[in-house]
Amino acid sequence: MVRLSIPLRQVLSRLTLPTMLVVCLAVTLIGQADQGVSNTLRAGLDDILAPAYMLVSGPIRAVEHGTGAIGHLFTLSAENAQLREQNKELLQWQEVALALQAQNAALKASLHFVPSAPPKFFTGEVVADLGGVYTRSVLVLTPPANGTAKALIGAVAMDGRGLAGRVIDVGSRAARVLLITDINSRIPVAIGAEGAPALMVGNNGPDPILTYWSTTQPPAEGAMVLTSAQAGAFPPGLPVGVVHYNDKNQPMVLPLADLSTLRMLRLFSYPNELSDLTPVPHDAVREGAGAGLADHRRVGHHGGPRF
Amino acid sequence: MAARWFVPIILLLLGLFILGMPFGLPGQAMLRPLYAVGCVYFWSLYRPASLPAPLVALAGLLLDVLGLTPLGLWAVLLLLLQAATQGLRRYLVPATFLWVWAGFVVLATACASLSWLVECAVHHSFVTSFPILCECLLAVGFYPALAIMLIRAHRGPAALEHT
Repeated sequence: MVRLSIPLRQVLSRLTLPTMLVVCLAVTLIGQADQGVSNTLRAGLDDILAPAYMLVSGPIRAVEHGTGAIGHLFTLSAENAQLREQNKELLQWQEVALALQAQNAALKASLHFVPSAPPKFFTGEVVADLGGVYTRSVLVLTPPANGTAKALIGAVAMDGRGLAGRVIDVGSRAARVLLITDINSRIPVAIGAEGAPALMVGNNGPDPILTYWSTTQPPAEGAMVLTSAQAGAFPPGLPVGVVHYNDKNQPMVLPLADLSTLRMLRLFSYPNELSDLTPVPHDAVREGAGAGLADHRRVGHHGGPRF
Repeated sequence: MAARWFVPIILLLLGLFILGMPFGLPGQAMLRPLYAVGCVYFWSLYRPASLPAPLVALAGLLLDVLGLTPLGLWAVLLLLLQAATQGLRRYLVPATFLWVWAGFVVLATACASLSWLVECAVHHSFVTSFPILCECLLAVGFYPALAIMLIRAHRGPAALEHT
């Protein structure tokens, strides 16, 4: 170890903080000038952290399920009665749905409707909830990709019920999903049966708000909100949520997805529908797309898409 | 010797890691920067040498990369906090716990306000300022719990007698 004189050491220790401050300010400027730097750093860090989170999240999940089961024992009979009631109701709806499905199929057949190809998807576990004060994002474990990970950028993330977000960063082990509630999230949506266009904007709160809706077709309370294919960034018709007016009389969307307790997400990649609006150059995605899809097909399918 | 130097930074990084787990707690996202602020405040106050500026900057950068905030924002904020805390050391170290607690709440609120200003500038619009109030209230409740843990570490594994 180098022995420094005491005055020199004092000067050095006094200079460390200002020096680090200047360095960090420089880093801030670089980060603002080139978003790629922080994206690369983030993807690298996510790759390191994802397996670690996977290791520690497993036991937590096991304990959580355990306590849930024990808690349920006390309300078993009441819950059973409620479930029986709900089941009866759902069976009625099932009949309605089956009838409508048959009618839909018949109408499509008479129109010579050409269905679009089903999207390729895989299921990933949410291992970390890495939102900040002003951001909402989660980390999803992805199967190890062999150089085709970039095909996943822009993939649509859905939980069992509805749209949850979009993949913004992909490493070799993990993907970062920007949730629809994040302030940077902008999603073109179609409202109600007539598909009135609007933009769903995240505001970091639990419910994103609707903007740019047509004044001749204002969103109706309780109307269904689906994704819209406008600008080509999303496939049309994915369920997002339900319109609700808040106390300031501003229309917002109550998301169908349970965004506060995400456990599993399905990532759908629609490589052929990516537009210029996606965060990566178009050609780069197209190149890797074919091979990437073949990979995802081999990975565990936990059930078909619901739409 | 080693524990004395490594306990503060390891506690800081481990805490940031644990607060990233999907517990689904309300306000969990706000707790992460607050935890970092608490650690930097505590160690800068009672043992400035064990959490030097480069480590603070590293923790700040980690916070930014993890939490999608503008790169370098929390690194700068934590370093400013460290400078402010070292400036206030003379008055806070001999003061009662209540004053130290109040000092933390003021500094944490200042950090939250600055980060809010930067977010507003980055998004070119007024982001809701509600999180500042939340952070302030969280800071009030959070510091005693954090202090109990860190004082244990300060006297236990990180103590000077172990050198």
